[in-house]
Amino acid sequence: MQDFLQQVVSGIATGGIFASLALALVLIYNAMGLVNFAQGEMAMLATFTALSLIQRGVDYWIALPVTLVLAFVGGVVIQRVVIRPVERAPVLTLVIVTLGLATLINGLAGFLFGYVPRSFPSPFSVQTVSILGAFASYQDLGVIVVSAIVLVLMYVLLQRTPIGLAMRAAAHQPEASRLLGIRVSWMLALGWGLASAVGAVSGIMAAPALLLEPNMMQTVIIYAFAAAVLGGIESPLGAVLGGLIVGVTVNLAGAYVPGVGGDLQLAVAFAIIIAVLVLKPNGLMGRGSVRRA
Amino acid sequence: MSTLLALEGVRAGYGQTRALHGVSMSVGEGDIVALLGANGAGKTTTLRAVTGGVRWEGSIHFAGRSLSRMSTESVVRLGIAHVPEGRGIITQLTVDENLRLGAYLRRDRQGVRADYERVFDYFPILRERRELSAGALSGGEQQMLALARALLMRPRLLLLDEPSLGLAPLVVRSLFEIIRTINEKEGVAVLLVEQNARIALELSSHAYVLEVGRVAVEGPSAQLKEEESVRRSYLGY
Ligand SMILES: Nc1ncnc2c1ncn2[C@@H]1O[C@H](COP(=O)(O)OP(=O)(O)O)[C@@H](O)[C@H]1O
Ligand SMILES: [Mg+2]
Repeated sequence: MQDFLQQVVSGIATGGIFASLALALVLIYNAMGLVNFAQGEMAMLATFTALSLIQRGVDYWIALPVTLVLAFVGGVVIQRVVIRPVERAPVLTLVIVTLGLATLINGLAGFLFGYVPRSFPSPFSVQTVSILGAFASYQDLGVIVVSAIVLVLMYVLLQRTPIGLAMRAAAHQPEASRLLGIRVSWMLALGWGLASAVGAVSGIMAAPALLLEPNMMQTVIIYAFAAAVLGGIESPLGAVLGGLIVGVTVNLAGAYVPGVGGDLQLAVAFAIIIAVLVLKPNGLMGRGSVRRA
Repeated sequence: MSTLLALEGVRAGYGQTRALHGVSMSVGEGDIVALLGANGAGKTTTLRAVTGGVRWEGSIHFAGRSLSRMSTESVVRLGIAHVPEGRGIITQLTVDENLRLGAYLRRDRQGVRADYERVFDYFPILRERRELSAGALSGGEQQMLALARALLMRPRLLLLDEPSLGLAPLVVRSLFEIIRTINEKEGVAVLLVEQNARIALELSSHAYVLEVGRVAVEGPSAQLKEEESVRRSYLGY
């Protein structure tokens, strides 16, 4: 039982990492009906940025917010320079652009930092602590707390501030929003910035366990896609829920199903997702028909 | 009375097809002007040209300022509230969130709060429905929400695109009464696009009739109403 609880806590930590990246995907999907295939690579580049700062002697807790700000700016710049010129192109064109962007960032990171996996520091110790009779590692708890803070901040920003309201309006109905004076194009840029920052959290939280190298996020992004689709692709809350479900499931399957580890974990995750989607085709929190904003 | 909105020789279109072939018209400060015409005459396109929703040539001035090459967001910030065809309600948000978007550009919190009360006096039903999803409102309620939201923008000019569309006659009556009150009490000028010519001519002081992208007839509403030939050939009643 104790072992089971520990696996669940571990799964929630992993789920927080998936949830952050899934939320990033949902933010951009909602804003422009587009799955951003470069989201994982953007997070990876941000994680290298954090590592560079830390290796130059910057404290972890300073490097983290600084990296998030840089990731935000990077996301805005990518939207302005790369995405905006093709904004009105067919969705397939946009998909190809984000795939190209992913390849470009991956190659750039390889060129700048090489492909040798690097250890990434964690501010949390790997020791365990006993909570209510169950054991959990500080590392897992730390990841959970950081992810939770980021997700709550995002929720407050989107649901409780005028700018968040304007972003949601612009995502749902750009034409009507323009008539209310909302600068829709900048709301899109803001969405890319926020998605980039949230995604960066995912990368930085994942790096201590996965080791940092240019391909680090390639499995994580698949889990994040799965989480986003499971949640209903349009729903931020669904993405978080989906992330947690996928994280916990993968962990439990790895621990208890004989022979499941490594690549098979991915298969188990997808088996569950397919099962859910067969029963609920719009995902857990999806709204029905698929719509292009 | 001084001119608030003036269009001169406005041409506009969608891709290769031209929808407006040189439209000239004006709306005075505090006026209600009706823009009439059959389906496809170019009424909606005229409003879209004003708020930059379609490419246009010619000249459009608002309060003496040229609107040439201005983005929709910038035109709106000058004090034009445009309730588009289909009402432009953001159905995925709540009634209250839609209203708050009306006040999105405003920085005077006190004034906004007072305007909320005023708007709820005009449309008490919206106060009751505040927390509901805007998509759950009836057509008439959505039109009220669109008007209420437009009022919260504190506009000098209100562009209304067929507010009566799809509403029951009684609802249309009360809606038009409120439009008249708003115009009289707040001094907001109104450019009213309507297919329902009879009711639009009652409300307005001046009217333009569009025919395939051109102004076919114009004049004081009272006069157009009386002219048998105009009524029969352009207004269909
Ligand atoms: N989005 C559009 N794309 C292409 N043509 C359009 C579009 N909207 C309107 N039109 C055309 O422009 C002309 C004028 O339309 P519109 O301004 O909507 O007329 P009205 O509002 O008077 O019914 C019509 O011939 C119509 O088919
Ligand atoms: Mg029309």
